[in-house]
Amino acid sequence: MAVSTRRLQKELVEIQKQGTPVGITLLSADDFQTWLFTVQVLGDTIYSGELFALKFRFDGQYPIQPPAVQFVVDEKYQAPVHPHVYSNGHICASILGNEWSPVLSVIAVCVTIQSMLASCKKKERPPDNERYVKHAPENPKKTQFVYHDDTV
Amino acid sequence: MQQDIEHISGIFGVEPDIASLLLRYMNWNKERLIEKYMDNAHAVSTAAGIVPPEKSPEPSCSQIGPRRSSRLGISKPSKSKASERSPPAGEPFVCPICFDDTQQETLALACGHLFCRACWGAYVSSKVRTEAESWITCMAEGCALVAPDSFVRTALGDDAQTWARFQELVVRHFVSCMPNLKYCPYPSCSYTVSCPAAASKSALATIVPTVRCGASGAHVFCFGCAIETDHRPVICAVAKMWLQKCRDDSETANWIKSNTKECSKCQSTIEKNGGCNHMTCKKCKYEFCWVCMGPWSEHGTAWYSCNRYDEKASVDARDAQSKSRASLERYLHYYNRWANHEQSARLSAELYAKTEQKMEEMQLASALSWIEVQFMRKAVDESVRCRGTLKWTYSMAYYLEKGNEKELFEDNQRDLERAVEELSELIESPIDPEVIMSLRQKVTDKTVYVQKRNEIMLEDTARGFLEGRWTWNVDVEGFEKD
Ligand SMILES: [Zn+2]
Ligand SMILES: [Zn+2]
Ligand SMILES: [Zn+2]
Ligand SMILES: [Zn+2]
Ligand SMILES: [Zn+2]
Ligand SMILES: [Zn+2]
Repeated sequence: MAVSTRRLQKELVEIQKQGTPVGITLLSADDFQTWLFTVQVLGDTIYSGELFALKFRFDGQYPIQPPAVQFVVDEKYQAPVHPHVYSNGHICASILGNEWSPVLSVIAVCVTIQSMLASCKKKERPPDNERYVKHAPENPKKTQFVYHDDTV
Repeated sequence: MQQDIEHISGIFGVEPDIASLLLRYMNWNKERLIEKYMDNAHAVSTAAGIVPPEKSPEPSCSQIGPRRSSRLGISKPSKSKASERSPPAGEPFVCPICFDDTQQETLALACGHLFCRACWGAYVSSKVRTEAESWITCMAEGCALVAPDSFVRTALGDDAQTWARFQELVVRHFVSCMPNLKYCPYPSCSYTVSCPAAASKSALATIVPTVRCGASGAHVFCFGCAIETDHRPVICAVAKMWLQKCRDDSETANWIKSNTKECSKCQSTIEKNGGCNHMTCKKCKYEFCWVCMGPWSEHGTAWYSCNRYDEKASVDARDAQSKSRASLERYLHYYNRWANHEQSARLSAELYAKTEQKMEEMQLASALSWIEVQFMRKAVDESVRCRGTLKWTYSMAYYLEKGNEKELFEDNQRDLERAVEELSELIESPIDPEVIMSLRQKVTDKTVYVQKRNEIMLEDTARGFLEGRWTWNVDVEGFEKD
């Protein structure tokens, strides 16, 4: 069995056994290519009341290489307005790029993105949003992000 | 490189592997490394990813003599540490990455983060092959320890190809850190070139350090910057600025230029969507010509081709266009000429092929030998070279401050441009057996002339830099106004 499949199987069993952290729910995981989660930011934040969906895409390189992660943008969901989230749903976060560690899991990524939203004080798009969205590749992993200030 | 490693290994009393990591961390600046290491060996080793940072700061009294012990720690990552995190005896090891409990061979860096060897192998290989990364940190989250060469080799097992690639990456890093060494940027060329003249940054305000690699006479590139071609006569800073501007502007600018204009009466933006030049403003109903922007009423029946670009009414109408458009127009004036020469250079392979064919035809049509028709190839060589020069002169002219010096510069540019166009025309003229001999004479003469014009352009511009004759309409690195 491929490492990525075994690993995702294990993560799925864990999710089914222990559940997901508060604010995060598994929407679908029908195969080992695409998983969907919904994310809510809890507590008193600028995103209270909003519901977002995160899409994970895996290839055979997972978990050695990070999964492709983005917010879903369709009739039902929008990408959060955040300085590191482009309006097409792409996310500029170093843990999805050069700070990825193979020990991180899908749930760990969900939690990190949830807390990235929770700590945000001002709803703003990245300054280069328009230009990026116009030229962005379909898969965010094809983008070489220059990570903006990670403390935001 | 090896010398530096042995040297450091000798003075610090550490393994060559560790010395290599220390040097790589310090970007191969040996002097700085020695200074920093003598000051605080532990801090440097931690920052270089050789030893894990201490969990809790030790009580200050034990700081008196820790240097020795930390040094020991560096040269021999202690085995006991790794076993601290191993599972208790009896339980099989389960790798936290692949969860495959049949993988019992494990590896860990000095931090003790234990993973199975298969995962380490896949990780190291992915870093090296997909990311071209030689600074390979531990797989554990947030752990900054770096894999030394011997660890990389063990992890890769018998994958000799990836191991060789890793070593190449380390050498590339070394070369990139040496100010007087550079790799030849031509694809699949692995020669390095040294250029001591370009080692200082200030020199780049007056010279364009163009070098040729030892592998091929065609591998000409700039030593001073990342531009992978010969960008004479313009200096690196200006060339860089221009390329950046082209990247930022050309797409939108070209679109605006070719698809929209402003009505010269009411200034509303008009998009052109058909082929006809007769435009009627939707807003104010003013009728004008798309090409010259002049009033349509003066065009008579010559609607298919406008030749009124310079007529007074047209010039005035264009003058009335907004200021921002004027600066865009200015940029496009230079950009279009630049792009034209760039495109010609891209098509040079075709031109060479066509010329080759022509040279054969010529031999058939005349008594000339293969050697005797080489003048055609020389002419193409020269025209390609000059188009390269011309291309970059447009980037320079765009930034040159108006005045006498710029006028002289543009005079030289015009002379060269005209000569090159004439030569190109000759090269592409059809072969008439009657006049081959006179064509040969003309091409040869023109080639010599073009070559001379190119030399004048390059030399005069270079001299101008040395004499400080050029002034810019923007701030240029190395030309800080005082
Ligand atoms: Zn493993
Ligand atoms: Zn570690
Ligand atoms: Zn070369
Ligand atoms: Zn340069
Ligand atoms: Zn109008
Ligand atoms: Zn006209």
